[in-house]
Amino acid sequence: MNNYSDKIKSILTDLGLSLLSIVVALIVGTLFIFLTDKSPLDAYSALYIGAFGNFSAIANTLWRSTPLILTGLAVALPFRAGLFNIGAEGQLLMGGFTAGVVGFYFTSLPAFIHLPFAIIAGMFVGGLWGGLPGFLKAKMDVHEVIATIMLNHIAIALTINYGINIFRDTGRPATPRIMDSAAMFNFKNIMDHPFLSKLPFAELFAHPAIRLHINFFLALAAAVVLWYLLFKTTLGYEMRAVGFNPDGAEYGGINASKGIITAMFISGAVAGLAGVGEVLGTHFSFMQGMDAGYGFTGIAVALIGQTHPIGVILGGILFGALAQGGLEMQFSGIPSEIVMLIQALVIFFVAALQVFKVYLAKRKAKGGVE
Amino acid sequence: MDTLKQIFSLSLFLASFRFATPLILAALGGIFSERSGVVNIALEGMILIGAFAAVYGSASTGNPWIGVLYSMIAGLVFAAILALVCVTFKANQIVVGTGINIFASGITIFLLQVLFGVKGTSPMVGRLPAYRFFGVRFNPITYIALILVPVVWFIFFKTHWGLRIRSIGEHPAAADTLGISVNKWRFISVLISGVLAGLAGAHLSIGDGSAFVREMSAGRGFIALAAMIFGKWHPFGAFGAAMLFGFAEAIAVRVDFAFIPSELISAIPYVLTLVVLAGFFGKSIPPAASGEPYYKGEK
Repeated sequence: MNNYSDKIKSILTDLGLSLLSIVVALIVGTLFIFLTDKSPLDAYSALYIGAFGNFSAIANTLWRSTPLILTGLAVALPFRAGLFNIGAEGQLLMGGFTAGVVGFYFTSLPAFIHLPFAIIAGMFVGGLWGGLPGFLKAKMDVHEVIATIMLNHIAIALTINYGINIFRDTGRPATPRIMDSAAMFNFKNIMDHPFLSKLPFAELFAHPAIRLHINFFLALAAAVVLWYLLFKTTLGYEMRAVGFNPDGAEYGGINASKGIITAMFISGAVAGLAGVGEVLGTHFSFMQGMDAGYGFTGIAVALIGQTHPIGVILGGILFGALAQGGLEMQFSGIPSEIVMLIQALVIFFVAALQVFKVYLAKRKAKGGVE
Repeated sequence: MDTLKQIFSLSLFLASFRFATPLILAALGGIFSERSGVVNIALEGMILIGAFAAVYGSASTGNPWIGVLYSMIAGLVFAAILALVCVTFKANQIVVGTGINIFASGITIFLLQVLFGVKGTSPMVGRLPAYRFFGVRFNPITYIALILVPVVWFIFFKTHWGLRIRSIGEHPAAADTLGISVNKWRFISVLISGVLAGLAGAHLSIGDGSAFVREMSAGRGFIALAAMIFGKWHPFGAFGAAMLFGFAEAIAVRVDFAFIPSELISAIPYVLTLVVLAGFFGKSIPPAASGEPYYKGEK
């Protein structure tokens, strides 16, 4: 009983800290809006209308949140195992590039083979790009932060600078367009679908402005799978034990290397899926700029979600809303970079408020029985 | 044969000093911060804001030297944020560093629009004068960077201050026992790293060029971090690594290889750093307490 109420208390503390950080970030953000001679109230109402104002806006908020949920998960899972993956950017690029190449290279595969093949290939290569720093950490004691930074830049050179140049067929910095058989289902085409068109309210999605595609649901599924893995399996328990106290875990008979490499591989595969979705669902080719800093925004998403998979979904939707609403702000003459500033402020405040949590924990430990 | 001739030409060698300048400065900054125990992955953002501030200073006063001053102040301010949140409030240094990098890309593009009314590239501004050395023109920041290498070495290994900084990065509790204020020295070291990174930014925008371009730091903060690690947290080592990486950049820009695509040459510093970290050329070991916030009164 007591244990249960403790759990609720800790969830409420986390939720409170996250909300507080967002509110403070929005308040500090108004200082920057004042610099543009616009009213913060107008700016934030434009942001809100842009993100949630009508059905298309909400659907596109979810569309924009898709890669953020996935990169958020890619940061959150290793975080629980005591690892900091700032390589989601590179893993996303490697996964997206692989999916893009598979997507255009195989010309005569049926869709039920081509699409899954492209997705799995992308996730696998993303997984390798995450697993490599995991291996270096576990076997050679290379700090994963430095290794993933280096691998991010190697991935940029391999895919954007070099990869696109080998394959591109037009002046556009992108690989050739993928085959239709590798494309992810877009909800704006819902009326052409034999089953989904029969669903109630299906016609709401049939709007040309809607860009939501099936990867959003794969992202939700990934969050649920990771939640199950972390909290309901032995492997997840071992990962959390390694994160909590690596020496203690090793002493308790847990193979820390295995946990580290597995966590990083899965994380890379999830970040890879973010890139896969952008290529197969959003742009239909691997193109320069498609990563859009998602790997780094994912860090903010993971933090605001308190590195819990379900929290990450909420954090991803919040940041997706900021990105989608930022466009509306841009139309009303306020630079959409305000959104980036708010994201950075959220990171500062969440990070600083963690200290408050440490303080609470310490006070509790000192207080003993309460 | 032509390729070899191009590689081993004096002009290419001298050109690598120009490419290496921001790496040297930011790597020296990184050494200050990490030797004191604070991981600084925000060098990238500090270079970027420094580059912007330099252009703003040069544009608003007409004097590029004021631009240099502004760049150092901007780096200092960003470093103060890092120090305040990480040293004073003991937040995670990597998280906050990432936040600063995002903040820097956002604020520079934002201010380009607010102050200059443009989105991608600022108007041309007055740049620093250049002085010839063996017939090749270098701006003063390159000379400053070269002078700073032995100066930083001297500070670290021949003065009390350097010893203090090194001791709090290796064993903060022991240093604390001896009466050294750990967090004060960490704060100072992080501020110095910000000033140096800001100066590196001024080199990019008003030394080597004469305008600010969005995202113009282009990963140099991270290459500087790589140079610092490659050079084993030592000023001369970092200088050597920065020169090597600068040389790689100069080659990529000027030489056509038949066998390696030039797009991949830019990845060489990163690959080399991974190889070094994995211990193939002798282990590169960071200061022991790097990345750990220090709480007074605990073990």
